[in-house]
Amino acid sequence: MDFASSLALIPDLLVLILGGLVLLLVAAWAGDKAASPISIAACVALGGAFFLVAPAVCAGLAGPETTGFSGLVRADAFAGLAKLMIYAASGAALVVAPSFFGRLGAMRAEYPILVMFAAAGMSIMVSAADLMTLYVGLELNSLSAYVLASMLRDDDRSAEAGLKYFVLGALASGILLFGMSLTYGFAGTTSFDGISAAYADGLPMGAVFGLIFVLAGLAFKISAVPFHMWTPDVYEGAPTPVTLFFASAPKVAAVALLSRVALEAFGGQVDAWRQVVIFAALASIVVGALGAIGQRNIKRLLAYSSINNVGFILIGLAAATTAGASAMMVYLAIYVAMTVGSFVAVLMLRDAEGKTVEDIASLAGLSTTKPALAWCLMIIMFSLAGIPPMFGFWGKFVVFQAAVEADLVALAAIGIAASVIGAFYYLKIVKVMFFDEPANVVTGEADKSHWALLAISTLAISPLGYLLNGWLGSLADGAAAALFLAS
Amino acid sequence: MGGFPILSLMLLVPLAGAIACLFVGDRAARQIALGATLVDFVLGVLLWANFDIGGAQWQFTERADIFAGFTWALGIDGIALMLIMLSVFLMPVCIGASWNAITKRVGEYMAAFLFMEVLMIGTFAAQDLFLFYIFFEAGLIPMYLIIGIWGGDNRIYASYKFFLYTLLGSVLMLIAMFWMTDYAGTTDIPTLLQTDFPPEAQTWLWLAFFASFAVKMPMWPVHTWLPDAHVQAPTAGSVILAGVLLKLGGYGFIRFSLPMFPEASAQFAWLIFALSMVAVVVTSLIALIQHDMKKLIAYSSVAHMAIVTVGLFAFNVQGLEGAMIVMLSHGLVSGALFLCVGVIYDRLHTREIARYGGLSINMPRYAVLFLLFTMASIGLPGTSGFVGEFLSLAGIYQISSWVAFVCTTGIILGAAYMLWLYRRVAFGEQKNADAAAMPDLSGREIALLAPIAAVVLWMGVYPESFLAPMRSDIAALDARIARATPHSDAQLALSESGGDHDAAATEEHGLEGAH
Repeated sequence: MDFASSLALIPDLLVLILGGLVLLLVAAWAGDKAASPISIAACVALGGAFFLVAPAVCAGLAGPETTGFSGLVRADAFAGLAKLMIYAASGAALVVAPSFFGRLGAMRAEYPILVMFAAAGMSIMVSAADLMTLYVGLELNSLSAYVLASMLRDDDRSAEAGLKYFVLGALASGILLFGMSLTYGFAGTTSFDGISAAYADGLPMGAVFGLIFVLAGLAFKISAVPFHMWTPDVYEGAPTPVTLFFASAPKVAAVALLSRVALEAFGGQVDAWRQVVIFAALASIVVGALGAIGQRNIKRLLAYSSINNVGFILIGLAAATTAGASAMMVYLAIYVAMTVGSFVAVLMLRDAEGKTVEDIASLAGLSTTKPALAWCLMIIMFSLAGIPPMFGFWGKFVVFQAAVEADLVALAAIGIAASVIGAFYYLKIVKVMFFDEPANVVTGEADKSHWALLAISTLAISPLGYLLNGWLGSLADGAAAALFLAS
Repeated sequence: MGGFPILSLMLLVPLAGAIACLFVGDRAARQIALGATLVDFVLGVLLWANFDIGGAQWQFTERADIFAGFTWALGIDGIALMLIMLSVFLMPVCIGASWNAITKRVGEYMAAFLFMEVLMIGTFAAQDLFLFYIFFEAGLIPMYLIIGIWGGDNRIYASYKFFLYTLLGSVLMLIAMFWMTDYAGTTDIPTLLQTDFPPEAQTWLWLAFFASFAVKMPMWPVHTWLPDAHVQAPTAGSVILAGVLLKLGGYGFIRFSLPMFPEASAQFAWLIFALSMVAVVVTSLIALIQHDMKKLIAYSSVAHMAIVTVGLFAFNVQGLEGAMIVMLSHGLVSGALFLCVGVIYDRLHTREIARYGGLSINMPRYAVLFLLFTMASIGLPGTSGFVGEFLSLAGIYQISSWVAFVCTTGIILGAAYMLWLYRRVAFGEQKNADAAAMPDLSGREIALLAPIAAVVLWMGVYPESFLAPMRSDIAALDARIARATPHSDAQLALSESGGDHDAAATEEHGLEGAH
């Protein structure tokens, strides 16, 4: 495949990278005054990228013709579906930012550009067909993310979050690289197809070490237990729009990447990694649920909630079937909607001066002071808890169904029983908002753009979401089929 | 019939009402809620009138493939019809009971009740396994809010306990459902009812369903959420909880556990019997010493539900019919008893039994109706309670005379705690001045209690009206589980132990009452 047709596989990536570079030049000369037009331009670029990818996803593109750059990149329907979620979540992170940073006088032109580069990095991650592509994408995303985390330069918490994220992220990258080098050493190649072929007859002991290190490095990125410690601190410290971004898009990218590594490169050796994934899944569900119980800050609570959700997603991976991969994609799509909705709601909780309120106790009696916001947040909480008829239930439904069909009944039973622990702290938020006497802290008005985003995401995860589940399911099935065709 | 989607309409009316209630003022919300529930009741009557007794097993079926993974499939048999009738009958009563008692956040309150009605009807009408689960489980949300927002002092604890207990019970059932649909290749309940699952798998599936239904039922020892939830819930919440939500467990046993896993049901019949016997005796004794009226009735509910479970697992027609009638009767009677408590609670704002006394002097009409429901709860012949309890116990007597013996003591204890409650509240001297000054029932309260009283007597005098629609379904169920019927101890036991004579004597005594 020649270079031109390789480039034609990734038009969205070209838009993002070239657009990002142009905007970077604009920002360099125009300065922070141009932050708002640059934001709009970045949104347009992300929207354009979204619609450039959409046809490939709808068509369920798969097979050898989706591989380009001499086998380095695979732009199939699986990558496409993940990209759609990434671009949508990145767009949301751009939309909510101006009013948040604007109030602090910290809206910088770099913000939209960094989000674009991070999105480009994630886009490379999900279409990786080679360990090298994987690493380049991961680092492009991570380096942008480190800067984003410390976007509020004057704020100690933000600087701390950035530093923590950087140090631990670098450690994770080191572990990942070490694993990759072992894998390469024993397989003699870095391409996923080559690794899969080299290990067709079983894994040598050294390659098992390599696999474990790779999984550990990726577990950092998806914040699965036991590599989750950075998550609450970074989520709490980073500016809320950035937290929204961290909790949604990179999660999608890292999970998609993990599935590619597990199911393509090591797809023939499921037993070698399944126990690791099962342990991480159950540990994430339990630790995420227990850790959230004592939290007083809603961003920390949502951080534990994201750890908890990753556990459920990993159950789909543990199934190691097409249905499991499809279930993961469905879960991710619903998870992105829930995460965007919950963090937008957090951004909308403002006191009289317009400062965002993060203390859970301040939400008391929200249902009487701000009924619309409280009802949306309640729908999101019940959805996160996976209580029907909210659409969040559907994510858990498909994941556990895939696990049962793959004969992992015990895993499904333990996992779902542990989800009851998680229900407790979601109920706590509902309790504070609906049962307690009003605290009258949240009195500020929220932006129209926030309301629009909240309305969209709440509608998507309300029972109306079930009307879309056939469509979502067929997209995810196409993506999963592409993933398994590639392996 | 005729293809008109009446079941979907019955779901749509309260749903539309619920959404409307969220956006209007207090007065309008009350009227909308009452209107929507009355419309649904009329639709329910039409449903019953058009139900073809002895016709097809599943009637009013609808099917729409608008979702992936499960289908919007509705349809009812006689059993579901009766339970839907119970729901639509009690809902307007609940709205009426909350007319003046609820003053804060009326719109949300009425919306929660209407959502509840949608979910209850949906649970009974669902013909798709996962649609059933969604309706079954979704009921937690409105009930959580009803207890938590409008409940009593300790409402937070009670709402959490209610939610988490029932959620833990249900999620395991979901895993079992995945296994079943994977095995059978369909989510259609009528097809699954004909599927023979391998006996060794049935054991696990049965236990998973049991975990859910036992909590919902509630069976001893997982009943502890019920007294807390009842005491803290507002009056109408208690009525719905006792009247309909507790029936979900029994409905689950009769719809899923028995016909789908007959071998496992027979295998675990001893467990059901043991738990039920303990429940009848223990919770009746606990009820005896309660100071709180609502708690007393809540514990009596647990005892009555134990009669339902022994009837269900008697594996014969009498037991099944009896269990269904006890469920319907208990729904009416305990609902009415909670209303009776609510009537005097609204006046004096206490549920302490000792704070009342001699109410028959200043509230004669109230005393009459309260007496009727007390007697129905005890199972006096001529009331609905007698028919159900007698049939259930007759059914279980064919299987095990010991179980029948122990469970019959529940009737005696029931008479003890209910009559004692009635004596302390309605008779005796008027030792509390404020209680003695309470006015008698208002027109609204009579309008709530009188229809229930009429149905209780109707069911007691002519139960055939209620048994006829269910007869063919229960016969089909009996035929389905016949292959697993456990052996009866009757022939062996006749000449052996004294206990059986007592049981037999009690039965005969009951029989005389019937004539």
